[in-house]
Amino acid sequence: MAFVQQVLVVMAKDLRAELRTKEAINASLSFALVVLLLFSFAFDPSEETTREISGGLLWIVFAFAGTLLLNRSFARELGNDCLDALISAPIPGSALFLGKALANYVLVLAVELIALPLFGVFYNVRWTSQFWQLMMVIALATWGMTVTGTIFSALTVNIRLREVMLPILNFPILIPALLGAMQLTSALVAGTPITAANDSWLKMLIGFDVMYTAVSVFLVETVLVGG
Amino acid sequence: MRDKILYIIGAAAVILLARDLYLITGFPPERNQGVIFKIIFFHVPMAITALTCAMVAFLSSILFLITKNFKYDALAVAVTEVGLAFLAGNLITGSIWGRVAWGIWWTWDARLTSALVCWLLYAGYLMLRNAIEEPTQRATFAAVFSIFAFIDVPIVIFSIKWWRTQHPQPVFWGGGSFPPDWKAVFGWQMLAVLMVGVVFTMVRLRQEEFQREIDSLRRMAHAL
Repeated sequence: MAFVQQVLVVMAKDLRAELRTKEAINASLSFALVVLLLFSFAFDPSEETTREISGGLLWIVFAFAGTLLLNRSFARELGNDCLDALISAPIPGSALFLGKALANYVLVLAVELIALPLFGVFYNVRWTSQFWQLMMVIALATWGMTVTGTIFSALTVNIRLREVMLPILNFPILIPALLGAMQLTSALVAGTPITAANDSWLKMLIGFDVMYTAVSVFLVETVLVGG
Repeated sequence: MRDKILYIIGAAAVILLARDLYLITGFPPERNQGVIFKIIFFHVPMAITALTCAMVAFLSSILFLITKNFKYDALAVAVTEVGLAFLAGNLITGSIWGRVAWGIWWTWDARLTSALVCWLLYAGYLMLRNAIEEPTQRATFAAVFSIFAFIDVPIVIFSIKWWRTQHPQPVFWGGGSFPPDWKAVFGWQMLAVLMVGVVFTMVRLRQEEFQREIDSLRRMAHAL
C-alpha cells in the first residue's frame, strides 16, 4: 500500500504547513463570515425566506470561501521552488494530487462546518433536523468542488491572474454539482428528507465526484509536467 | 490547394444560404406563432454547429495531448472560437424569439441556462489561453481544460433539465410536426450553416498558423 502511504504523507505535509501558519484558513473563515453578514443586507432575514434560500446562500459562501483555500494549495509551493521538488519527488503525480486534494478537502470541510452553525445562529434557522443527510450532501458536493479546484489550482499556479482564473474556470464546471447541492441543502434545512423525488440530485453528485476524480487522476501528470 | 477548397466551400455556403433565405421567406407564416417561427431555420442549425464544434475541440484536444502536434492545438482553439460565436448566435436568436413568443428576453429555462453555462465554460477556455504565455504550456493546459469542459456539457444539460423546463419541445424529435418541404429546406440550411462554420474554422486556423510562424520568427530575431 505504498500509494496510500504516499497520498497520506503529502496530505499530512499540506495540513501541517497550513495549520502552522493558518494563513489560508483564517482568510477563508473571515471571508465566509463577511459574506454571511452581507447576505443579511440583501434580503429580509426572516426565518421563512432564509430557510427557502438557505441552500443557495450556504453554497455561495462555501464556494467562495473554498476558492480562497484552493488557490493557496499549489501557490504555497511556489516559494523556494518547492513545486519542482514535489514534482521530481519519487511519487506518482496522482499520489501528489490526491494528497493535496484530501488536505484541501479537510480544510474546506472545516470552514464549512464552522460557517454552517454560524449561519444557523445569525439567521435563526434550525438546520439540524436532517443532520446526517445534510452532512452527506456537504461531504459529496465539497469533494466535487475540491477535486476540480485542486486540479485547476495546479493548472493556474504558474499563469498570470492566478487568483482570478481559478474561480473563472472552476465555477462553470461546478454548476451541476452546486445546483444539486443547493437543491438538496434547501430541502434538508427545511426538514424534508431525501426521497425518491429528489434523490436524482444525490446520484448526480456521486456521478460528478466519481467522474471528475477519475479524469483528474488521469490527467494530473500532464498538468504537472506540462508546465 | 487549401485556399481553393476554402473558396469553394465558402461560395457553396453563400449560394445555399441565399437559396434557403429565398425559400424561407416564401413559406407561409406558421399557424400559431406567425413569422417569428422561421427563426428556427437559423436558431437550431447554429446550436447544432456549436455542439459539433465542441465535439471537434474535445477530439483535437485529446489528439494534442497524445501526439503533442501543434496542428491539433490550433484546430482546437479555432473551432472553440467559432463554436462560441455560433452559440452566441443561437442564444441571441433564441432571445429574439422569446421576446416575441413569450414576451420576455430571457427566462431561466433549462435549455437557455445550459446554453449559457456552456458558453461560459468555453469562454473560460479562451481566457485561460490568454493568460498563458508559453506555447507548450498553453496548449497542454487548454487541452486539459477543454476535456473537463466537454465532459461537463452533458452533466450540465441533464442537471438543469431536472431543475426546470420551459423551452418548447423540439420540433423534430419531440412530437411536433414539420411539413416535408420545410424539412428539406431545414436540412439544406443545416448544411449551409455547418459549411459557414467550416469556413470560419479554416480561416481562423490559418491565422493561428501564421501567428505561430510570426512568433517563431520573432524568437529567431531575438536570438540573433
